[in-house]
Amino acid sequence: MKTPKRVLLKNLNKTFITSENNQVVAVNNIDLDIQPGEFVTMLGPSGCGKTTTLRMIAGFEMPTAGQVFIGEENVASKSPDKRDTAMVFQNYALFPHMNVYDNIAYGLKIQKRPKEEVKERVGRILKMMKMEDFSKRVPAQMSGGQQQRVSLARALVMEPGVLLFDEPLSNLDAKLRIHMRDEIRRIQKTVGITSVYVTHDQEEAMAISDKVVIMNDGNIEQAGTPQEIYQHPVSEFVATFIGRANILDATIVSVKDKKAIIEIFGVEYEVNILKEYEPNQKVRVVIRPEGVVINENKHEVKVDKSIYMGQIHEYAVELNGLLIEISDSNPTGKRLYETGESMMIGFDQNSIHVL
Amino acid sequence: MSKFRKNFKLFVKTEIDTAKKNFRDPILTVAILGVIAIVFLFVLFPLYNIFKQSVITGDGFTLRNYFRIFENPNLSKVLWNTLNLGFFVSVVSTLIGFLFAYASAYLKIKFKKLFNAIAILPMISPPFVIALSTILLFGRNGFITRGLFGMREANVYGFHGLALVQVLTFFPVAYLLLVGLLKSIDPSVEEAARDLGASRWEVFKTITLPLMVPGLANAFLLVFIQSIADFSNPMVIGGNYTTLAVQIYLQGIGNYDMSGATALAVVLLMISITVFMVQKYYVDKKTYITVTGKASRARELIDSKKIVRPIYALVLAISIFVGVLYALVPIGSFIKLWGIDYSFSLDHYRYVFDLGTKPIFDTTYLAMLATPISGVLAMIIAFLIIRKRFVGRGFVEVTTMMALAIPGTVIGLGYVLSYNTRPLVLTGTATILIIAFVMRSMPIGIRSGMAALQQIDPSIEEAASVLGASSAKVFTSVTIPMIRPAFFSGLVYTFIRSMTLVSTVIFLISARYNLLTAAVMSQIDVGKIGVASAYSTVLIVIVMAVVWLLQFVLSKFGIDSSDLERNA
Repeated sequence: MKTPKRVLLKNLNKTFITSENNQVVAVNNIDLDIQPGEFVTMLGPSGCGKTTTLRMIAGFEMPTAGQVFIGEENVASKSPDKRDTAMVFQNYALFPHMNVYDNIAYGLKIQKRPKEEVKERVGRILKMMKMEDFSKRVPAQMSGGQQQRVSLARALVMEPGVLLFDEPLSNLDAKLRIHMRDEIRRIQKTVGITSVYVTHDQEEAMAISDKVVIMNDGNIEQAGTPQEIYQHPVSEFVATFIGRANILDATIVSVKDKKAIIEIFGVEYEVNILKEYEPNQKVRVVIRPEGVVINENKHEVKVDKSIYMGQIHEYAVELNGLLIEISDSNPTGKRLYETGESMMIGFDQNSIHVL
Repeated sequence: MSKFRKNFKLFVKTEIDTAKKNFRDPILTVAILGVIAIVFLFVLFPLYNIFKQSVITGDGFTLRNYFRIFENPNLSKVLWNTLNLGFFVSVVSTLIGFLFAYASAYLKIKFKKLFNAIAILPMISPPFVIALSTILLFGRNGFITRGLFGMREANVYGFHGLALVQVLTFFPVAYLLLVGLLKSIDPSVEEAARDLGASRWEVFKTITLPLMVPGLANAFLLVFIQSIADFSNPMVIGGNYTTLAVQIYLQGIGNYDMSGATALAVVLLMISITVFMVQKYYVDKKTYITVTGKASRARELIDSKKIVRPIYALVLAISIFVGVLYALVPIGSFIKLWGIDYSFSLDHYRYVFDLGTKPIFDTTYLAMLATPISGVLAMIIAFLIIRKRFVGRGFVEVTTMMALAIPGTVIGLGYVLSYNTRPLVLTGTATILIIAFVMRSMPIGIRSGMAALQQIDPSIEEAASVLGASSAKVFTSVTIPMIRPAFFSGLVYTFIRSMTLVSTVIFLISARYNLLTAAVMSQIDVGKIGVASAYSTVLIVIVMAVVWLLQFVLSKFGIDSSDLERNA
């Protein structure tokens, strides 16, 4: 395998002109540094600019402004065939008139590699993907999952500096999706290739990535490890986009080192902080449903919704006119509250994240 | 063995049960029997008579008529001419059609609607319009040959004139087929190739073109069928280059040699049907389905000037040339004496109206009668084929589809043979002309009706019948309203087709009923190009007026006329 390459996006912008002559900014001057061998997922709602960004790395879209570095080279104005990238497509995009072997060998043949080398490399990939028996099949004779493996093999065999994924699993059913996602991660770790992966499925992003990039409206909201994104979202958008979140008003009482005393609905909590705050500052805090503790004498609430789900019990409770979601794990043997009942709750201090 | 017998018994029982079930519904029974009778009487019986006449003479069974085709150098030349022309025209038409399709699907250019307009023109105009205007441009008194180059002895008649005219008439068939296929290629397949290092040219060579091979073969065969079946262009501009379709007419009507004509007709029919079968059951099946899963993004159109400019220049030039050819006929109808005196004149129209407006009224009247009959019948047959199980369903489906491949001259000859004697003497009557109009236009109506019905969940009709509607009521109150666009496009198509039909009806016209197309042909035959142009112009005006009227009326009923164009 070749050494994986670093991908660096500098001030990258893509502005489309619509048929009504309006300008639409799809990607708004973003900067992103992807380390060699890193698996980075771009996540966001549809229309956030993640696919456009990926296509600018691949070369299918020309940036309106900015630079795309692959390795040391700025490739922003190069066509896709001149870039050291290979892409796995959402709809597999296999060549329907070629069998599996020829599909995988296509790129190598275009490069006019010697026959023996092509045979050897395709064979190696087929073995790695456990697809030796499929080499003579054509795409129409294969299931979606098999086609996607061929698509991945076809990209991997090129040993590209960067591997790109455009929502590769969204056409597969739920079970296969999880299987393939583990497979992709396993192979990526084995070959150590730099990978950029676009998805709108947050669970997939969390499970597969070294780094998650959350995009919204053409901007990067946050880039970080899955833990950072989930535990320390930088904005309400990220907090609500990844997982479920209760977002409450709070007031800073006092600050000391990396800790602060804050007040939420009349109750004081000692929490960790990552930024600088002033006493009396009004802030918003994020508390995940599993960070709410039942039967702690801090706040009295009224149960608005109560759903038993087996492994967890979900509540929606009313606190000062706000609905708060609670996810109570392992409800077996606990007292369950019905709709309309009162109960006492508190917030786990470690689970409170100040925005 | 016992398993086979058990299966066979079950098969027979199922068939009998189905027949019993249908029989309990008298309207359905009548419809099925009626349809089978129509297909038998007006497709199979005439073909049977042609075949019979070709092998049975006074001395009994003989293959002499067939040997004659291959022994007589004149006749074998006709066969060779037909195949040669068909091959040449199909290759060139497919290439031009592909060029247009590629430009339309891949290039970032303006005036794409013009291509579609050019492609629709041959369908709504009489088949000899391009031949007529080619004579106006390149004939003995042609605007280019004589007017610009001062040639006195220009001869446009023959292979080159005919090939030019057929290519310009038939390449839209290839274009419409190929543009649909090119647009259905998933752009991400080509992007994948680009991404793997292929240049634009390599993508075209290794992906686009191989994917289009079945489509190109398909277009080639479709054009081939049309070229060899074409009667009016070889008649008008073929000169000494005679083709089978024309020879059948000359032999049968000109020489009163029915044995010879029928043998030729059988040969032509066999070629057509064979090519059609290959196209339908072999090539059509090989077409690649490239769209997988969710439809992906739109194709990034090519805007590189190096690629766009030459292709655009070529397709634009051809489009303009075709457009000019169509405009030339109405222009020519107002010119006093083409080639000699280019002054404005209404003489030709005066001549048309003095000579008689009978063909104009006859044609319009008969076409208007045929239109609703064909429209309703096509929907009934489509409905029966798609929704009902009955003995003979496969027969009706295959025969009506095959009717597309039967050359018009062959079926016309069959009608002459079958309905000239008792018990059914129809030759020369309005009835046989209407039947010809209906039978020639109905297969297309059936196709679009079937396509429309396949899109509709049968449970909607089942719901109506569970609620108590009879099968006739289900058809009129549920089925027809749902396939309205296909029904109305069938009406429009029938009217146009009837007004412009030449090949079949040339055998059937009489003193009592003369048709516009035949009037044009005979005017060209005697060299009165101006009068022929005037007749053609009248014909085009009537077609356009009625189609517009129909679309206007339909829009009052809330039916979008664009549905019609899409279906036609």
